[in-house]
Amino acid sequence: MGQLTLSGVTKNFGPVEVIKGVDLKVADGEFCVFVGPSGCGKSTLLRMIAGLEDVSGGTVTLDGREITNLPPARREIAMVFQSYALYPHLTVRDNMGLALKQAGHPKGDIRAATDRAATMLSLDALLDRRPAELSGGQRQRVAIGRAIVRRPKLFLFDEPLSNLDAALRVQTRIEIAKLHRDLGATMVYVTHDQVEAMTLADKIVVLRAGKVEQVGAPMELYNDPANTFVAGFIGSPQMNFLNSVALGLSSHSAGIRPEQVQLTDGPGQIKGTVSHVERLGGETLVYVHAEGHGLLTARLFGEHDRAVGSDLGITFDPARLFHFDKAGQRLR
Amino acid sequence: MSQPRQSPARSIAAHTVLILWTLIALFPVFVTVVNSFKSKRAIFTQPLALPGPDSFDLVGYQTVANQGDFVAYFQNSLVVTCLSLFFVLLFGAMAAFALSEYRFRGNTLMGLYLALGIMIPIRLGTVAILQMMVATGLVNTLTALVLVYTAQGLPLAVFILSEFMRNVSDDLKNAGRIDGLSEYRIFFRLVLPLVRPAMATVAVFTMIPIWNDLWFPLILAPSESTKTITLGSQVFLGQFVSNWNAVLAALSLAILPVLVLYLIFSRQLIRGITAGAVK
Ligand SMILES: Nc1ncnc2c1ncn2[C@@H]1O[C@H](COP(=O)(O)OP(=O)(O)OP(=O)(O)O)[C@@H](O)[C@H]1O
Ligand SMILES: [Mg+2]
Repeated sequence: MGQLTLSGVTKNFGPVEVIKGVDLKVADGEFCVFVGPSGCGKSTLLRMIAGLEDVSGGTVTLDGREITNLPPARREIAMVFQSYALYPHLTVRDNMGLALKQAGHPKGDIRAATDRAATMLSLDALLDRRPAELSGGQRQRVAIGRAIVRRPKLFLFDEPLSNLDAALRVQTRIEIAKLHRDLGATMVYVTHDQVEAMTLADKIVVLRAGKVEQVGAPMELYNDPANTFVAGFIGSPQMNFLNSVALGLSSHSAGIRPEQVQLTDGPGQIKGTVSHVERLGGETLVYVHAEGHGLLTARLFGEHDRAVGSDLGITFDPARLFHFDKAGQRLR
Repeated sequence: MSQPRQSPARSIAAHTVLILWTLIALFPVFVTVVNSFKSKRAIFTQPLALPGPDSFDLVGYQTVANQGDFVAYFQNSLVVTCLSLFFVLLFGAMAAFALSEYRFRGNTLMGLYLALGIMIPIRLGTVAILQMMVATGLVNTLTALVLVYTAQGLPLAVFILSEFMRNVSDDLKNAGRIDGLSEYRIFFRLVLPLVRPAMATVAVFTMIPIWNDLWFPLILAPSESTKTITLGSQVFLGQFVSNWNAVLAALSLAILPVLVLYLIFSRQLIRGITAGAVK
């Protein structure tokens, strides 16, 4: 149960086509993450799966049942919003139980279900409070609890962590991963946080301007990007793009990950000048200005001293290069 | 909410202005109430003096009480004001919700059309309204007044409320939809409580002109049984002789219900007016 299929899904806002034909299969129990630059249509696509936005074309199927035109409440889905969206006038318990109450479940069942969810998220002590009396992290846990209580076939998350501070974000991220393991439910998750995408996803969907650029497991996208967009989008700091002609290669451009780049005092394969250094403790990022290639990033393990303005050489293993053609497509 | 410290001079200046304004605004009310407790002679010889032992006189209130129907006028006013207020708030909020929440063809045009009434005074249509009321047999009924006042109050209500409703979180409404709440439940249980301050603002701005109106009661419902208090007070104002004691007493009494309603709404009202400014 919980297999989601999108086929040829499109969305128009007036004359503007925002989603331009998306085909996607999310297997049962899979954790699927949508990433992409701001405004590319991630939220819109998620809201279409939820039924909060009409589908202009194509079909949405959950578990073999077409749900394209069903109202949200009848799709057996649950959604967690960025802004928590808790009902301000209800207690935590009633917030979590409302969906079951609306569906006409008996009181005892609702109580049992909310208690179970509250225990999972350690919300037991907060059940009688109102949302205004909770911290941001607690509110988001209640919102997640509200989703769990319904035992949906599909969980939808729209940037659930972006209103939390850094420490809480890590903690809640781990909690969501654990929840996914425990429930074994299908989840679709929207984020623009690299780390969330890489750590949570079984499958990442990279979107650009309403189109799917590539679908795959996190390491697949990282090690085998299909085009310059995916290569540049996945991985932080960004991949370096080198001018192939200057290197005497046959491709249009060549990409190399910052951690595959070494710095030497000799001339190396490319000559450059240090323009900035960022020391993060565990690693050091050295930004090098290289003639003909622009600003390149080297990611070095540990602490390194490089004076800004000093000349150095860059070396790399040519086998680690990704080659792209003029249109940005990968040459294999 | 922490505020930057202000220099005492500026604070004194601001308070002086505000106090002056309060005095000016309260002056007519003060004169009315004070004089309603005085004898007729005292009203004219010393209009600004407080009622003393020799000038104190309840003759105004006695006249009003003996006029008999005064309680009925009062009732009429209350019924008309409360019913109109209820309909304005209900229909105004519903229309505002539809305009701010749903995308449909002609949404903007509809909004403009509904807001047009703010700029065009309803009194311009008095003749047509009177003809309509005569045709439907509603002349000299409170229904006529309620209908007219509801129409009169709606434009401003729709305009203000739809602005506020646009600010209610979409996520909250969507969460409700996913949990299976009907659009009516979303409207009444989620959205209305969040725009309560705006509702109070609209209520006060709607209520006062209705309560004070003389025009429509005079034209549409001047019969003895449907007179409102503002119209009822006019019996004391003759072309040649006016019973000032009674007029002032009636007006003083008429202030009371508005005051009560205002106190009920005022806490919300202040939040409504400052909502945009403070947050
Ligand atoms: N109601 C709407 N009417 C018209 N255009 C809209 C509407 N909602 C979204 N859009 C447009 O659709 C596009 C996709 O929006 P969407 O919210 O899905 O982006 P997103 O990928 O979630 O971005 P972000 O990462 O900033 O949340 C945007 O260009 C936006 O301007
Ligand atoms: Mg979004």
